[in-house]
This record gives sequence, structure tokens and C-alpha cells, in this order.
Amino acid sequence: MRYGPWRSALTEPLLQLQDLTKWFGGLVATDSVDLDVAEGEIHAIIGPNGAGKTTLVGQISGEVRPDAGSISFAGKTITKSPAHARSLMGIARSFQITSLFLDFTVLANVALAVQAHAGHSFRLWQDATTDAALRDPARGFLELVGLEGRADDIAATLSHGEHRQLELAMALATNPKLLLLDEPTAGMGGDESARMVELLQRFRGKFTILLIEHDMDAVFALADRITVLHSGRILASGAPEDIRADRAVREAYLGEAEE
Amino acid sequence: MRFSPSVAVAAVAITLLAVVPLITNFLEEPFYLGLILRLMILAIAATSLNLILGFGNMVSFGHAAYMGIGAYVVGIGTFHAIEDGIGWLANGFLHIPLAIAASSLAALVIGAISMRTRGVYFIMITLAFGQMLYFVGVGLEVYGADDGLSLYQRSEFGGLVDISDNTQFYYLVLVLLLATLYGTKRLVASRFGLVIRGARSNERRLASIGIPVYRYKLIAFVIAGAICGVAGVLLANRTDFISPDMMHWTRSGDLIIMVVLGGMGTLFGPLYGAAAFLLVEEFLSGVTEHWQIVFGPLLILVVIFARGGIAGAIRALEKRPD
Repeated sequence: MRYGPWRSALTEPLLQLQDLTKWFGGLVATDSVDLDVAEGEIHAIIGPNGAGKTTLVGQISGEVRPDAGSISFAGKTITKSPAHARSLMGIARSFQITSLFLDFTVLANVALAVQAHAGHSFRLWQDATTDAALRDPARGFLELVGLEGRADDIAATLSHGEHRQLELAMALATNPKLLLLDEPTAGMGGDESARMVELLQRFRGKFTILLIEHDMDAVFALADRITVLHSGRILASGAPEDIRADRAVREAYLGEAEE
Repeated sequence: MRFSPSVAVAAVAITLLAVVPLITNFLEEPFYLGLILRLMILAIAATSLNLILGFGNMVSFGHAAYMGIGAYVVGIGTFHAIEDGIGWLANGFLHIPLAIAASSLAALVIGAISMRTRGVYFIMITLAFGQMLYFVGVGLEVYGADDGLSLYQRSEFGGLVDISDNTQFYYLVLVLLLATLYGTKRLVASRFGLVIRGARSNERRLASIGIPVYRYKLIAFVIAGAICGVAGVLLANRTDFISPDMMHWTRSGDLIIMVVLGGMGTLFGPLYGAAAFLLVEEFLSGVTEHWQIVFGPLLILVVIFARGGIAGAIRALEKRPD
């Protein structure tokens, strides 16, 4: 152990995808993707609709099984780990299409995420609906995303923007190392979107973030590195200014967005 | 507890159940005592089904099989107690744990396999398993095959309670029903219960926040099977008879109807559903033997116009501004 754990922490990426490939029938959704995400960075993935961004996130979070290649996280190969195991290891995701417990209260949604990481749930007798050990931390996460005022409302009654905030609160409640955020500002108005970006700015350095986003202002405001995905393949990957200057990227994607 | 129509109706229902023997004994109508006894036993079974069907969204179409297992424990035990003179085989303190063990084991195997599928496939597999157990019963020649078996004695509970006396039996079942309801109330509000209800709401999300959903759903399935096994012990003693028919898929269907009619995912819904089912059956079958011709459309009307069943309709009264 001459080099000690600090060495691996400095040199090994937190998340590493190698030759990751996923087919849907005859369509390749992820085409031999190699990608490293360093600890602490905000890494944005952009690309036109159908580029395979959500499929890529699904493979990292464990909901989509890749056909080939490998995924490693914090030095461990997790290619075949189920979704819940990856969550327990510290990978949290928010969903592009809101995925919540809509018949639960807002607070109960987050409390369940806290519970998921507070040991096993084979506790069949004690009332969990008033358990301060779950509710208090949950309230804290709601405050963090600015939803504390809606804590006791049924999740289904929230606005679209509030659903996005709740998605984020639930992801945070799982004590993640890596946040996979699938279009956190999707469908938000200008103000809401700006507030979300501001919120994510505050997470810089606290979490490693892999961000899928269509809003280029948000991407260039947040990202340390950007990877451009096109037809399942990595077109370019680098610092924001390099991506902005990349001719192929401009043709494939940014050019369209500026029209 | 806050006063509300739901609470009031539940309190009235429990009070009524508690005084039934006083009334039927006074009026010398033992038939009705037996009827309400059966109602409570089926309410226990329906409550156990509701745990997985109503709270966990697992539509098990083979739930009567566990009731059959419990009933056969009593039938086989008392059969050998009398035939072979092995007295302890008639002991109810043996029957209940044995029924719980046997129905849990069956539920564990059936659940472990069925839960690999979803939706209609889950329904069909549980139905197939239920029918398998039905045919096992049909194949048990020693125990009457498809004719079934008459019980010459009921389970013995030492000096504690003599269930050959229907009034004592009635109060034992009432206590067990209340225990089942209270246990269900605790369970669905516990961490375990929140996971099960979360699985009904959004199973995919549950996995993504770090919960291994399968094992929780499976344990819920086993708990439901175990409770239903106890209901089977009671039912065999109530009817003094066991037969494979208790496990037939139509019996499982009856339990589903009770849960849906009473209100899925509500605490007292299965009790109301069992009551409505049995009372309507009793009343209509007195009018015509084709009572199901009336009962069927009645059920359709409830499903269309009262989605939350009877308990849902009572709850709707609370929300109405007056």
C-alpha cells in the first residue's frame, strides 16, 4: 500500500464508462461510449433529441442493461449491479419525465428516500409516518430545494416546476456521490430555470454531477466539461470553450440551436 | 383519533359485531350467528388479500389456496385424531402455527416465482398456482378427494375457549378479526408498509432511491398468505367441513370482489366488502337461485360509480362541504 488511497482518489475517475454499447432492435442507442467523469466535476452531456442521452443515464443508474462494455464507479465494476444497489453506493438520478410517488405527500416522497438509506425497512410495527428520524432530514432537503412550503401537499397537486424540485430533493436525500440529472430544467419557465441553475451552482464541489440538458445557457453556466452525443456516439468531449469552437459540434447541434 | 364518518361507521360496525351473539341468542336464531361468523372469517381473509392487492397492487388470483391450506391442516389433523386416536392432532394451538407455517411456505414459493412477472401474467400465474393446489386437494383420496371431508370435531383450545360452542367461537373470531385489522393498521404505516405502498405508486422510482423492492413485496405476499391460512383454520371449524372447492379459483375471485367492493387499500374496506357480499348473497339467493345475475351488474355499478368501493364512498362524505 505504498501509494495509499489518496493516489487512486486523485487519478481514478469517479465514473468510468468503457466501450458501452446498447442496441434497441436494429438501432444503436449507445455506440461504444468511453467516458470518464472526475470526482467533483459537473459534466454535461448534450446532443440532439434521440442522441441516446437518457439511455446512457439509464445504463449508469442500472435501469437499462448494456449489451456490451463496462461501467465502473468509485473503483468498482457495477455493470451488472441492480439499480437499488447503485443507489446505495451513491449514484442518484432524477428523471426527465417526472417519476414520483404521486399519491404521497411531498414530505413523504423525500422521507421514503431518506428511509431507503437508513438501513433495511423490515420494520413492521413502528409508525414511520411521524418518525422524526425520517421526517426531519426530509424537511431539510425540501428547504434546500425551496419546497418546504409544500411539504404536506399531495405530490400530484404540485406544478411541473415543483415536481422537478422534488425530483432533486429526493435524489439529494439518498446521500449521493454522483448526481445523474436528466434535464432538471425541462419544461420550466425562465425564472424557474434560472433558480434551478443557481441551485445547482451551489452544489459545485459537493457532488459530482452528470447533467443532461437542452438549455445551452444552463449548460455553459454550469459545466466544467461537456460531452456531445450524436446518434449514440461521442462526437466531442472537452472544456466548454473547446466545444463551443468545435466545427463538427456546431454543425451537428449548436448551429441548429442558434437558428 | 379525529371524529369522521369513516371512524363513526367503523365504530358502529365493530359494536354491531360485538352484540350480534346477544341478539341472535335472544331471538334464538343460531343461523344468523353462523352467518356473521362466516362473514368475519372471510373479512380476515379479504383483509389479508387487501394487504397485497390494495396496498401493494399485487393482484393475486390464487389467494383462496392459503385458506384451503389452513382448512386442510384442521381437516387432516382432526381426521387422524379420531381415526388413529392421536388426540393432540386435534389441538388448535398446533393447527394455527402449522397453518401459518404451511401457508407461508406456499406463499413464499408462489410469490418468489410469480413476482418475476407483472400485470396480467402475475394474475395468471397466481391463478395457476391456486388451481394446482385445488387439484392437489382433489387428488387427496384419503381426505375425501373432491367430495371433501366432514369434521367430526373442531380444533381444541384446551381450557381457554371451547369453539364447539358457536358463541365462544364467535368471540374468538371477533378478537382475531380486530387483531388483524389493528396489525394491518400498524403494518401499512410502518417503514415496511411505506415501501409496499411506494411499490404500488411507483416501483421503478423505489428501486432508483435504493430499495430492493422484490424482497419487500415477497415478504408482504408471505404475510398475507399466513393470515389467510389462519382464516382457513377458522373456516374449516365454522363449516365442519373441508373440500378442494375452498381453493377453487372462483373462491379467490370472491375474495377479490370483497376487496374491490369494500375499497382497495382501505383498512375497513375488506370487512365492508365481505359484509356486503355475504348479505347480498344471502338475501338474493333467498329470492332466486340465479342470484349472481343480479349480483354481477351490482358489482359493475359499484366499480363504475364508486371507484373507492364502500369505504371510499364513506370517505367521500368527509370531503363534502356542508
